[in-house]
Amino acid sequence: MLQIARWRIILVAVVTVMGLVFAFPNFIPERVRESLPSFLPHQAINLGLDLQGGSQLLLEVDVATLQRQQLDNIADQMAAALRDAEPRISYTGRGVVGDAARVRLVDPTQMERAQRALQPLARSTTGPGEVVTFTASADGLIEARIPPAQLSELSRQAAQQSIEVIRRRIDPTGTAEVTIQRQGDRRIVVQAPGVSDPEQLKERIGQTALMTFHLVREVSPQEAAAGTLPPGTMVVGPYPEIGDSTEVVERRPRLTGEHLTRANPSTDPQTGEFVLSFQLDTEGSHRFCRITREYVNQRFAILLDNQVLTAPRINEPICGGSGQISGNFTAQSATDLAVMLRAGALPAPLEVIEERTVDASLGRQAIESGTTASIIGGIVTLVFMVLAYGLFGLFACLALIVNGLLIVGAMSMIGAALTLPGIAGLILTIAMAVDANVLIYERMREEAAAGRGPAMAIDAGFSRAMITIIDANLTTILAALILFQFGAGPVRGFAWTLSIGVITSVFTAVMVTQLLIAMWFRAARPKQLPI
Amino acid sequence: MAMWPLIRLLPKKTNLTYVKFAGVAAFLSIAAVAASFVSMFTAGFQSNPIAIYQQAEGTPVARIGAVMERGFNLGIDFRGGTSLLIEAAGPIDQQALTALARSAQEGDIQVQNTTCRPTNAPPYCAFLNFETSPNQAETVEEIRRGLPGVADEARIARTDSVSATVSEELFTGGLIALGLAILLMLVYIWFRFEWQFGLGGVIALFHDVILTLGLFSIFRFEFTLTIIAALLTIIGYSMNDTVVVFDRIRENLRKYKKMPLGDLIDLSLNETLSRTIITGCTALFALVGLLFLGGEALSGFAIAMIFGIIVGTYSSLYVAAPAILIWGVKRGREGEKREAPQTAGS
Repeated sequence: MLQIARWRIILVAVVTVMGLVFAFPNFIPERVRESLPSFLPHQAINLGLDLQGGSQLLLEVDVATLQRQQLDNIADQMAAALRDAEPRISYTGRGVVGDAARVRLVDPTQMERAQRALQPLARSTTGPGEVVTFTASADGLIEARIPPAQLSELSRQAAQQSIEVIRRRIDPTGTAEVTIQRQGDRRIVVQAPGVSDPEQLKERIGQTALMTFHLVREVSPQEAAAGTLPPGTMVVGPYPEIGDSTEVVERRPRLTGEHLTRANPSTDPQTGEFVLSFQLDTEGSHRFCRITREYVNQRFAILLDNQVLTAPRINEPICGGSGQISGNFTAQSATDLAVMLRAGALPAPLEVIEERTVDASLGRQAIESGTTASIIGGIVTLVFMVLAYGLFGLFACLALIVNGLLIVGAMSMIGAALTLPGIAGLILTIAMAVDANVLIYERMREEAAAGRGPAMAIDAGFSRAMITIIDANLTTILAALILFQFGAGPVRGFAWTLSIGVITSVFTAVMVTQLLIAMWFRAARPKQLPI
Repeated sequence: MAMWPLIRLLPKKTNLTYVKFAGVAAFLSIAAVAASFVSMFTAGFQSNPIAIYQQAEGTPVARIGAVMERGFNLGIDFRGGTSLLIEAAGPIDQQALTALARSAQEGDIQVQNTTCRPTNAPPYCAFLNFETSPNQAETVEEIRRGLPGVADEARIARTDSVSATVSEELFTGGLIALGLAILLMLVYIWFRFEWQFGLGGVIALFHDVILTLGLFSIFRFEFTLTIIAALLTIIGYSMNDTVVVFDRIRENLRKYKKMPLGDLIDLSLNETLSRTIITGCTALFALVGLLFLGGEALSGFAIAMIFGIIVGTYSSLYVAAPAILIWGVKRGREGEKREAPQTAGS
């Protein structure tokens, strides 16, 4: 029927306008985009790293080392549990062999008691499930292993914590457009647009969080601003989000974090604020005691990566080897910081397993040539369609232009990254988009040749071709779905454009063209089909 | 009504016979598939697979994998290692670049001049590929420092570095994706048509994928992640083409209950031929544009797709449809019963 239901007209109109609105930000300069009223979308197409230039690193948690660290811990805990048992159970040969932590009971007959003593270790304190499995042999050997599920949970946690640490290292101010995401159980993707030197990035990720204690020199802000610093001092800024003062401190640290044995988040019993409590080793305690006694009533600054965490006044000598750092901590930041300090840098070593960098000018060239290729592909297709199908070809062209608009709009809306292969997908989609029109028009020609009148032929063309169009395009969608599963980065960008393109092209080829033809038919009342 | 004589690529009615040539086509296709396999196993007809097999280590499967790896000019996505794209304003002296790389890095080094296809800006480009070393940063830095001696205004425009773990994952991931795609298509066609159609379609898909792989193996084009994307798209395109033909066969099966299957297939192919060619042409136009304007990074993709579309079109006509003849189709009452609900639903 060439009567088009009203809802279809409305649908086409609404979708087209939406496409226009969402695609619009791409066609205006960025400055104008900023000044648009807030109810309009501002999002332009998100360019992939290969188009805007930048670096991408894929990092992997070194699970072997993580497992080893964990097993060392478990061996210690097992030893402690046996020592604390009442009466004490004696053991020898505490250590880690292969994938197991082990102890050997001096008296194998005490096995049952030992197992009971160790049992609490097997359960997680936070969730269900076993965190350690024990195997005992008759000669008194007890081996503890980490179940695979727990190991992958541990590496997931390590990856998650590392993300925070990495973010602080490469983007301390939180302004750069760096994305850091966990991928799978043990991987982290770092994408830094505009960074053309990945080595610098890697260096910053790999550096250790170094905590240092410096004496503060009370210098007036004017003096500091004038640059007349006392010799051997430096100006250090506040640590992002936690510290709040800029200080002039001695360049030489009085104490460094290597003497740190423990760092935990806790709350100050008096104020209830979150603090970071730490513990120093013997040598560290001695030094700390000496310094605090010597410089009582002066201030010292605790620096992390040369940024001030806090600069408290020394009220009395601190000789117990433990202390508290207060600052503007939240529960989260105190925990993160404790993690960083405890492990030196990262909860587990990270390995760079993939690294890609594209120079910004190369990306720009890629965009230019991609755009040229798309435009030429589009024009050739348009010309071809008009030559092959005349007026109906023109309708198909209009549909194709709406299609292009919808693709750009959808890509901007979803925020999917456009990559270089994505541009290829776009070009291919433009060419393939006319397939539905070709199917419909060829069908009309056949029906007309079989002696049907124009209205019948048009109608039959649409309805008969529809089944084929759906069948044929679903296959492309299936292929694109697999690309999503398999592909990373650029290939995923290709999958995005391909699947968006297939959906929009079916919509425009069928709905938009049908509408145009119906409107034309009602106005022209042709006796003969013009194709 | 039309303002100009519309282009018709073909006469209104064609009477080409495909089924008659199915035997010849089968022979050609089998020969081409065989040649592709031979190339894949002999590193492009250049070495003896048995020798590679014997040199390789590990399980027989791993050894066959080693043979297959030599069959392609694998990019660093699949081989692992580091690849630098060097851009310069003047000609790049290959030997000087090799010497520079050798001073910074031991092991296998490849230098390969390439055209910076986006024609503006630095007109000279070269790839420098080497194995990733433990002190990668220093190696790259040393090369960066030495570059001015190799060519005018030479600089590193792109770095890709992929570890062995990742490249192996990508390789198996790619194979799994291809296999999964073909399997899904089989299931889909089976579900929508009959199992004979599904098998016919899948044979055509294998045909297309293997021939495209063969093309890359024989001509030693670089095989990268993008090529896997191209292969998956070829699968989608070829299936698309095949489905259009199958759809017509199904329709004609209902229309002409008495027509011999061979004639019916010929008729269906002729009826859809115009569409097949027009769609193929628009796709090819766009891809040829991409080949010449899309730059180095996309030329491989364009080559794969152009070849794949041609082969995919051929296979829809001469492989997928005639393959149905091998098993025949159930016609008459039983067939109708199966299709009745679909007609009602669509």
